[in-house]
Amino acid sequence: MQAQKSEVPAIRLEGITKQFGSVIANDHVDLSVKHGQILAILGENGSGKTTLMNMIAGIYFPDHGRIFVDGEEVVIRSPKDAFKYGIGMIHQHFKLVDVFTAAENIMLGLEEKGKFSIKQCEKRVKEISEQYGFELDPSKKIYEMSVSEKQTVEIIKVLYRNANILILDEPTAVLAPQETEKLFNVLRKMRDDGKAIIIITHKLHEVLSLSDQVTVLCKGKYAGTVDTDKTNESQLTEMMVGKKVTLSIDRSEPKNCTPRLKVDNLNYSLKDGTQILKNISFTVNSGEILGIAGVAGSGQRELLECIAGLRKSEGEILYFDPKSEETIDLHSKKPLEIREMGVRLSFVPEDRLGMGLVGNMDIIDNILLRDYRNGKLVFLDKSDSKELAEQIIKDLEVVTPNASTPVRLLSGGNVQKVLVGREIAASPTVLMAAYPVRGLDINSSYTIYNLLNKQKENGSAVVFVGEDLDVLMALSDRILVMCAGAVSGVVDARTATKEEIGLMMIRNKHQKGNN
Amino acid sequence: MADTEHKVKEPLFHIAKRSSIVWWKAWLIRLGAILLALIVSGLVSFLLTKENPLRIYAVMIDGAFGTKRRLWSLGQNIAMLLCVSVAVAPAFKMKFWNIGAEGQVLAGGLASAACMILLGDSLPNPVLLLIMIVASIGAGALWGVIPAIFKARWNTNETLFTLMMNYIAIQLVSFFVYKFSVPKGSGQVGIINRTSHAGWLPVYFDMEYLLNIVVVLMITFVVYVYLNQTKHGYEISVVGESENTARYVGISVKKVIIRTMLVSGAICGMAGLLLVAGTDHTISRDTASGRGFTAIMVAWMAKFNPFFMILTSFLIVFLEKGATEISTEFGLNESFSEIITGIILFFIIGCEFFIQYSVKFRKKEVA
Repeated sequence: MQAQKSEVPAIRLEGITKQFGSVIANDHVDLSVKHGQILAILGENGSGKTTLMNMIAGIYFPDHGRIFVDGEEVVIRSPKDAFKYGIGMIHQHFKLVDVFTAAENIMLGLEEKGKFSIKQCEKRVKEISEQYGFELDPSKKIYEMSVSEKQTVEIIKVLYRNANILILDEPTAVLAPQETEKLFNVLRKMRDDGKAIIIITHKLHEVLSLSDQVTVLCKGKYAGTVDTDKTNESQLTEMMVGKKVTLSIDRSEPKNCTPRLKVDNLNYSLKDGTQILKNISFTVNSGEILGIAGVAGSGQRELLECIAGLRKSEGEILYFDPKSEETIDLHSKKPLEIREMGVRLSFVPEDRLGMGLVGNMDIIDNILLRDYRNGKLVFLDKSDSKELAEQIIKDLEVVTPNASTPVRLLSGGNVQKVLVGREIAASPTVLMAAYPVRGLDINSSYTIYNLLNKQKENGSAVVFVGEDLDVLMALSDRILVMCAGAVSGVVDARTATKEEIGLMMIRNKHQKGNN
Repeated sequence: MADTEHKVKEPLFHIAKRSSIVWWKAWLIRLGAILLALIVSGLVSFLLTKENPLRIYAVMIDGAFGTKRRLWSLGQNIAMLLCVSVAVAPAFKMKFWNIGAEGQVLAGGLASAACMILLGDSLPNPVLLLIMIVASIGAGALWGVIPAIFKARWNTNETLFTLMMNYIAIQLVSFFVYKFSVPKGSGQVGIINRTSHAGWLPVYFDMEYLLNIVVVLMITFVVYVYLNQTKHGYEISVVGESENTARYVGISVKKVIIRTMLVSGAICGMAGLLLVAGTDHTISRDTASGRGFTAIMVAWMAKFNPFFMILTSFLIVFLEKGATEISTEFGLNESFSEIITGIILFFIIGCEFFIQYSVKFRKKEVA
């Protein structure tokens, strides 16, 4: 399978070190990939994977260390240098011009001599597509494309520039399982064609199914390289975290389930008429976790924001109060009105620093956000927030110099602990969390899972929007699958298979198996 | 590591963001910047005028502090600039780019001048003063709230809107100056109520500007408390940092914008009153004399802390006074004083960069 495997590595790094201020992002990292090989770089968020790759792609310049391409030492000072050596990077966030076509984007910035011809470019794009099995219409405009198509454009862009060494930064984060499999097939074809491929990821099962070798980074340090067929998940995790961890979520049976929140025929459109949510109906019960699965951007964020009163929607959102046993309609209520009606609805939004918290304010002031109205007369009363801040720092093990540190200086996991801690402190009857573990390391992720589980055991109705299907299936009791703004179905998380959910994520069954 | 074969050189220096800086280091940098500014502007003035730089600085200091009269004038000017700066601070903290303070001050000034002219002889002085206070605060607040309402309702651009409101205010003042002009048609109002002093702010202890200064210091203190200790101030910070977060916690962004601009405009109106009734006793298009714009710089330099604004407005006024004195003393035109002011401000504002970032030079490589 691995043809043309020459002995000289396509790219080799030796003792690469990069420091930002007092933070050492990469500490003497070694790495090597041969032609016709796929190397996975594995590490938790913040372990320096992207920094390392950016140094190969010419975006950063290493403080120490050497880079060899095909056995010769090179100096890469800019992305242009990187292209010269046949290195192409596909970034996590696409860098495309929306109103241009695929071919135009691919040609952009090329310094080719001779006539500028879109036709010729389109022809070559077609050739490349056929060679590796991509599906792409070169004259399609970027804004009409799905995420996976945009990614294809980015990949063809570097192939068009004759890249032999491809670096992909978390390419599967935005893809459904089926699309991921398609991408992997393309990558395998490119490997067989003799290209050297480096793929950054933190998903273990992808590493195991795709790569030939794995280089693991742990907190910026080189933790070792292993052959994929000689390793397993637990060994890799141990290398990644630096100590043994047990990865299991303790899922209890739901207790005392009564309907708590019922969404009926919810529709939401943007001002320009684009319909984001289509006839959404579902029920969340007390004492259960309802997972929401779907490809990124299927309307999950908007759905939660509609329920929280941040967007104006049409339809019914009914809340069944556990104490008074009254039914309250939350539809078209603003967040403050919802709170004033005595509905204890907590919401952990996707955008932590842009919506849930204020980055420049300290922990105390951020805790204060929820209750600042309680102070006497016109003045603020911070005493309760101070106490609560100390409590959260202690209980959730938030790593911070003190409670008056601006939250933007904390790491992603600690930021999330502050946010979730604040929302849970209000002892919610409904807790909604959108991608609560995105960007978090394994330990922090499990802390968050446990907190959600505890809320469920305390009888709140928990809504959990997640991206990792394995986690969704291990944590939730039921999973609602969304596709293009509609519900494709609700499945039992204990019995459903990944394939089943994956199919529902991309093929809309138009409101059938809805409860 | 074998770094010897390195074919490339690292860039000579690069810039890295500081995560934090000890307060005394920050002040050391600021002090260094002022020293450097003095050296450079001394050098420039020596090259241009062939005068001894030390003598130039001596004249500058003399221009600002030299006589009792100059000292009071300095204090008065600082107070006025401070008042407008404190007024714009809440708006800027909310990231509402209010460059209409000039117009708001003029609106307030015009209102009090109108009261003095129209009601001056018919009402007892305390009643007149009370009406003037209400009228000028109201006028300033009105001038501030109009762009805010449009911003909140229709998301208009507040920068352009407040700028346009300035022109309207200036033209309104021109119109009324013509209308009220004494003698008719001269285009000047002259000193209002020169003999009766109706509507003039009272003078205590024989110190002409004492009341102005005390009032402005009180306003400064109140705004400090408003911004830092009250729920309103907290809401302003949240809206300024992130409107999404504000909506998320149930703060009405529209309400906060309108309310804050009412406050901001009202204080500007008060500044107009202090200028017309407490200082000039007349009104003209130049009553605000650019303070509405200078104040923006003062507020930014102080990072919206009203107490730091005392320092920054002192600095600006001192430079202006001193520079004007140099121009007259050495027979240079006004542009020269502006050069000096420019150089000094360049260094003082520029040094903030070095407080935020540190410059790292290439380490000598040991072979």
